[in-house]
Amino acid sequence: MIGLSHYLAVAAALFTIGVFGIFVNRKNVIVILMSVELILLAVNINLVAFSSFLGDLVGQVFAMFVLTVAAAEAAVGLAILVVYFRNRGNIAVEDLNLMKG
Amino acid sequence: MIAVAAFYILSAIAIASAFMVVVARNPVHSVLFLILTFFTSAGLFVLLGAEFLAMLLIVVYVGAVAVLFLFVVMMLDIDFAELKAGFFTYLPFGGLIALILFGQFVMVGGAWIEKSVSAEAIAAPTPAAAAVTNAEAIGRILYTDYIFLFQSAGIILFIAMVGAIALTLRHRDGIRRQNVTAQVGRTRAGGVEMTDPKPGEGVVL
Repeated sequence: MIGLSHYLAVAAALFTIGVFGIFVNRKNVIVILMSVELILLAVNINLVAFSSFLGDLVGQVFAMFVLTVAAAEAAVGLAILVVYFRNRGNIAVEDLNLMKG
Repeated sequence: MIAVAAFYILSAIAIASAFMVVVARNPVHSVLFLILTFFTSAGLFVLLGAEFLAMLLIVVYVGAVAVLFLFVVMMLDIDFAELKAGFFTYLPFGGLIALILFGQFVMVGGAWIEKSVSAEAIAAPTPAAAAVTNAEAIGRILYTDYIFLFQSAGIILFIAMVGAIALTLRHRDGIRRQNVTAQVGRTRAGGVEMTDPKPGEGVVL
């Protein structure tokens, strides 16, 4: 029978892959943003799994809010990326030191 | 039995495609694998009895976020082979971090599963699935107990939309734009001219 721990294992694997993706694609902002989406998806799976196995609907409501924030984050992140590409002509993260302050 | 098989198939596809998102050479393939991950995760949500969130995941992630990624990846003219250059340099370090993180997750999960949650800790008990559908049950608490959080989620989306537009909007010179003030401020005297031409002479404009 599939229990809570199975779903937690899947979510942990997805989260770990997301973090791994941020480390190995240090130059590519687009893949880093996708990795962040993977991490948020893993969080959502955790929330929904706990909600389902504990019989508490609040987890699903919070998963909805995480979804909202993920969508907003992707929109703003990609907008910044487009503006940066327009100014610099590439998207290498290592050159991202325009805002030295 | 079918649910068990479905869980293992869906989670295997989800993890494999998530891995492909990270290691794929071509970012377009990354986005397509991301879409596959979202679809299989929606399948896992259906298995968990959260049908509404599963559909929301497909609508929001596949319909909006992944398409946005695809749009940006295809619009920007980038040499992706160059960006992939440091992949193997960071592979051992990233793999080590990922392994440590996964080990910590397993330990935390194992420690938690030993405990049980008391009935008082449950804030909104799930109604019986036969009586109330998942979407209706979520709606009942979302629009009552969590109305302020729901409204602030709307504000977050609004601010993100305004921010994205403000960031990417640019005014170019030499482009004729609609001038609403001039349009509305027109009077009859400025727009219409009465002439009384003689036959055969026509009108000089």
